Amino acid sequence: MAVNLFYFLVFPGLLFAGVVGAFLSWFDRKISARVQFRKGPPLLQPFYDFFKLLLVKETILPKHGSPLVFLIAPIFAVFGATMAGVFILLPLFNITTGFRGDLLVIFYLLTIPSFSYIIGALASGNPLAAVGGSREMKLIISYELTFLLVIAGVIMKCGQKFDLDSIIQTQQAGSPFIGSISGVLLFIAGIFCIQAKLALVPFDMPEAEAEITEGIFIEYSGAAYAMIKLTKYIMFFILPAFLIALLMNGFKLEGIGILWAVLKVLAVVLALTLIKNTNPRIKIKQAISFFLIWMNLLVVIALVLIAFGY
Amino acid sequence: MSKKTLIPIGPYHPLQEEPELFKLYCDGEIVKDIKWETGYNHRGIEKLSESKTYEQIFFLVERICGICSNSHPFAFANAVEEIADIELTNRAKYIRTIIAELERIHSHLLWVGLAGHFLGYNTVFMWAWKYREPTLDLFEMISGNRNSYAMFKVGGVRRDIEEAKIPVIQKVLDDIKKKTDLLTGAVMDDPVIHARTKGVGILTKQDVIDYGAVGPTARASGLAIDVRKDDPYAAYPLVNWKVITAEAGDVFAKAQVRLLEMYESISIIEQCLDGLKKEKEGAIEVKVKEIPEGIGNGRAEAPRGEVFHFVQSDGSNSPVRHKIRAPSYVNIATFRKSCVGQTIADATISLAAVDPCYCCTERMAVAYDNSSGKKILNAKELIDLSILKTAEIKKTLSGRNE
Repeated sequence: MAVNLFYFLVFPGLLFAGVVGAFLSWFDRKISARVQFRKGPPLLQPFYDFFKLLLVKETILPKHGSPLVFLIAPIFAVFGATMAGVFILLPLFNITTGFRGDLLVIFYLLTIPSFSYIIGALASGNPLAAVGGSREMKLIISYELTFLLVIAGVIMKCGQKFDLDSIIQTQQAGSPFIGSISGVLLFIAGIFCIQAKLALVPFDMPEAEAEITEGIFIEYSGAAYAMIKLTKYIMFFILPAFLIALLMNGFKLEGIGILWAVLKVLAVVLALTLIKNTNPRIKIKQAISFFLIWMNLLVVIALVLIAFGY
Repeated sequence: MSKKTLIPIGPYHPLQEEPELFKLYCDGEIVKDIKWETGYNHRGIEKLSESKTYEQIFFLVERICGICSNSHPFAFANAVEEIADIELTNRAKYIRTIIAELERIHSHLLWVGLAGHFLGYNTVFMWAWKYREPTLDLFEMISGNRNSYAMFKVGGVRRDIEEAKIPVIQKVLDDIKKKTDLLTGAVMDDPVIHARTKGVGILTKQDVIDYGAVGPTARASGLAIDVRKDDPYAAYPLVNWKVITAEAGDVFAKAQVRLLEMYESISIIEQCLDGLKKEKEGAIEVKVKEIPEGIGNGRAEAPRGEVFHFVQSDGSNSPVRHKIRAPSYVNIATFRKSCVGQTIADATISLAAVDPCYCCTERMAVAYDNSSGKKILNAKELIDLSILKTAEIKKTLSGRNE
C-alpha cells in the first residue's frame, strides 16, 4: 500500500511527472520563443507560474454556476493524469508491480482530464466556457477513434498483447515499431492525436485566446487554475512518453540509454512545438474532418500494411 | 423558439486591443445576429479643435489614432490648404507622400501580424512585427519619433529629408521588400491559412457599395476606390502606381490587397526619393500669413480607407467648425454582412479583417427621455453619476477590508 502511494505521489507519479512536465513546457516555450525571435522564459518559469497561482493568487468563484463541481473538476483532472502517468511510466522505467500498464485502462484514464475540463467549464456558467466546452467535446469525438486505432495497430504489431510492458519488451528484443512503414504512419497519426489532446495549435480551439478568451479555462483562477496547469505539465510529459513506449522502443535506463531516453522525449516535444508554431488554428469542423476522414484513413492503411506484415 | 447565446467580444477582449463591444448572438457556434457598441474612449476632438490654433490642431488630430497618425494631419492640411489656396513646393509634396506611404507599410505589416495572432498563428505575429521595426526606425530617423511624427504644418512640412538620408532609406526599403516577399510567400502559400481565410467573411461588390465601405475593405471586393487616384493630392499625381484590387471579397482577398499594396508603397517611396534627388534645392514650406474666411474639404487615403476633414474658417486663427470622418466607422457597419451566418471562429477573423481602429469609431451619443423629449444624461449629470459611483465603490471596498 505504502509503495503504491509512493508510486502515485512521488515516483513516477505526481511529483516526478509534474516536475519533468514543467521542464518540458519550459523547453516548448523556449523553442517557440526562439522560432519567433523572442528571448523566452527562464528555466524555472513554469514553477514560478505554478506556485504563484497556487499560493499567491486568489481563487475567484463564478457567481452563476456550481462552485463544488467547478472546484472538483481540476482535482479529477490531476488525478486522472497522474493515474495514467503511473501506468505509462512504471513499465517504461521497468519497475515490476502486479499491474503492468493495460493499454485500455491507460486509454480511458487519458480522457479523464479532457472530460474534467468540460465539466468544470460547464459548471462555471460562462457562455464563452460553454462554447469552449462544446468544442472540446467535438474535438474528443474526432481524435479519440484515431487514437484508439493507433493503439490497436500497435497491439497488432506485437502479436495481440494488451500490456505496455510486453510491447516495450517486444520492441527491445527486436526493433522499434517506428522502423517500418506502418510504424511511421502510426507515429504521424499518433503525434496529431497528442497535439489535439494537449490542445496545442492547430487544435487549440477549446481555448482559442483570440476568439473565446481561453474558453474552457476562462473562469479559473488561483489554486484551481494551478491544478489545471499541473495537469497540463503532467500530460505534456506522459503523452510523448506513451508514444515512445508504443512505437519508439521505450527507455533503456543504463549507460548511454539514459541520454537516448531524454533525447527521444525532447524530439517528440520538439515535433509538437514545431507543428504548433507553423500553423494557424483550424476550425472545429476542419478538425473533425481532419481526424475522422484523413487520419483514420492513414491509420487504416497502416493496419492493412500491418496485416500484410509491413 | 430557439434560444440565442450572447457571446460578447469586448469591451476588453484579446481580439481587439482597444475598447469596443461586439455582441454576437449565437445559436450553437453559428452567429445569428451582431450588434456593436463603440464610444468607450470618446475624447471630443472636434470640439477641442475649435479652441486650438491651426498649428496646434496638427498635433491634436495626429493623436486621434496612433497607428495611422499621419493620415489625419494629412487630410486636415489638405482642407486648410484648400481654404487658403496654397500650392505646395514639390519637395514638400514628396516628403508628405513618403511619410504617408511609410505609414501604410507599417500599418499593413501590423495588420498582417495581428491577423496571424487572431488565427492563433503567433509566429506570423512576431515575424511581421519584427519586420515592421525598421519602418519605425526610419520614422525615428526622419522625424525623431516612432509614431506621431509631427511632420506636417500648413503650407509644408516641418523637417526636411536631407540628401544624406536618402541612401539609408533606400537600403531599409530594399530590406523591407525582401522581408515582405518572405511574409507574402508564407501567407499566400500556406494551405492551412487558405482553409481558414478563403470564402470567409465575404463582402460582395454590392454590399460594399450599399454600406459605403472604403479602403482595402472595398478594394478587396473589386471596387477600385482610392482617394490617392480619385482625388489626387500631394505627390501622388507625380508618380506611377496602380490601385490594387481583388475580386473575392473574403478575408484572404483583404490580406492579399494589403500585402500587394505594400509593394506599391515601396515603389511610390522610391519614386519620391528620386524626385527629392532631382529637386535638391527648394523650400519645404511656403509661408502662410493667415487663413482667410471659407470652407475646405480635405481627403486622404489612410491605410484603412478614406479620411475626410471638413474645416470652416472665419478668418481668425482657429476654425469655427471641424468635422472628421474616419474610415473604420463606415467599415465596421459591413460586419452585418460579413459575420452573420458564420461560425464564431470565422466571425472573429472577419471582424479583424477590416482592420478596425477604434480611435476612428468614437462618437458621442445624446440621450433623450422618450416621454418628455428632453435631453437627459448631460455632462453634469454624468459627472454627478460617476462621483456617486466612486463613492459607492469606496464604501463597498472599505467595507470588505474591515
